[in-house]
Amino acid sequence: MEFLSPSTWAEALAAKADRPDATPIAGGTDVMVELNFRKRRPSTLLDLTRISGLDSWSERDGRIRIGAGLSYTRIMEELGGRLPGLAAAARTIGSPQIRNRGTLGGNLGSASPAGDGHPPLLACGAEVELASVRGVRTVPAAEFFTGPKRSVLAEDELIAAVHVAPAEGPQQFSKIGTRNAMVIAVSSFALALHPSRQAVGTGVGSAGPTPLRAPEAEEFAASELPWESRSALDPEVARRFGELVAAAASPIDDVRGGAAYRRHALSVMARRTLTWAWSDLCG
Amino acid sequence: MRVNCKINGVDRTADDVWEGESLLYLLRERLGLPGSKNACEQGECGSCTVYLDGTPVCACLVAAGQAAGREVVTVEGLGSEDELDPVQEAFLRSGAVQCGFCTPGLIVSVHDLLERNPAPSDPEIREALAGNLCRCTGYEKIMDAVRLASASREEK
Repeated sequence: MEFLSPSTWAEALAAKADRPDATPIAGGTDVMVELNFRKRRPSTLLDLTRISGLDSWSERDGRIRIGAGLSYTRIMEELGGRLPGLAAAARTIGSPQIRNRGTLGGNLGSASPAGDGHPPLLACGAEVELASVRGVRTVPAAEFFTGPKRSVLAEDELIAAVHVAPAEGPQQFSKIGTRNAMVIAVSSFALALHPSRQAVGTGVGSAGPTPLRAPEAEEFAASELPWESRSALDPEVARRFGELVAAAASPIDDVRGGAAYRRHALSVMARRTLTWAWSDLCG
Repeated sequence: MRVNCKINGVDRTADDVWEGESLLYLLRERLGLPGSKNACEQGECGSCTVYLDGTPVCACLVAAGQAAGREVVTVEGLGSEDELDPVQEAFLRSGAVQCGFCTPGLIVSVHDLLERNPAPSDPEIREALAGNLCRCTGYEKIMDAVRLASASREEK
């Protein structure tokens, strides 16, 4: 095995082009588990922790650019105000030690259907910036995932950043697991309200081959919410919204939970998060 | 490969390090520092918690090469046989140590918690220690130890 530790992004891209089978490693919270358990023996480890700037974020022209190497701890501490949905998801990930190391780029690279960082990115309409020596492209988060642990990332590409607009309305994240810490989601749900365009964003985690949106639920809520009057949410609208979110999912039975339970949990989480978000909006 | 890093304030060098091995293996098997414990090897139990450049991490999830040139502090670096760290002292006085396997990781996590938050509430303690599993104590004595360590820090 070889261990490459580039200090610049250009060197990292050159290394990935030269060795497409190299496994990128940042916080190591997925890659090291596979190495420790002898599930993976990559020819090369490409360490991304020494690249300056990869662990920073910036804001320009109404978009936030989150470097792929930004830890969940820093997302919680530094982006809680601008991206409350993503920060709330970050708080549910692993433990303090895991959040200190785990990165949003690593979450996307693993592309697990259960990745906690994914639903908020879908709900916010985030884009993923992918780079290679051939150039840079951005892909909507909703088009990034292609299957369980699979994505559109080409073998010579690295995940550079995530681009997302700061929240202009309430955002929520909810996750079901066997305890509050150190759990992979049985299922999870993210919601974003966009009051200026009277739109609703959704993200469903751990209830399908990929993280997914619930477009019918989004359209239903956008048309039924009393945006103008800002009156109280009709419980029937919240209930139906939950039903539509559950219907959008395609969960399976596995070791963490059954498909029927996952659907039910999603309908409850969707109903509750819509209720909370609407109450946040209307005070 | 060769890995140089500073551990508990001392420059250390390890040779013939396998590129896929963890910082935990480097510490325990190559550098004679068995304080950090090896249990789950997947970041679940927190027994191998160490400081990496001042941040608590699971040493089992850090590739040895990622620690090169960095500063690592293990439980061995927090106190000495003559003078224990106040957190270690509080664990002893509170009876928070039973089999002792989880203790080194907990000591590092509690040390970090009290550096950041000298007087944590009970929910803050539980949240900060969510990544450190103990199968003996039921955590109550550990909670006592953190409260005691916090109080004795305040006295000083």
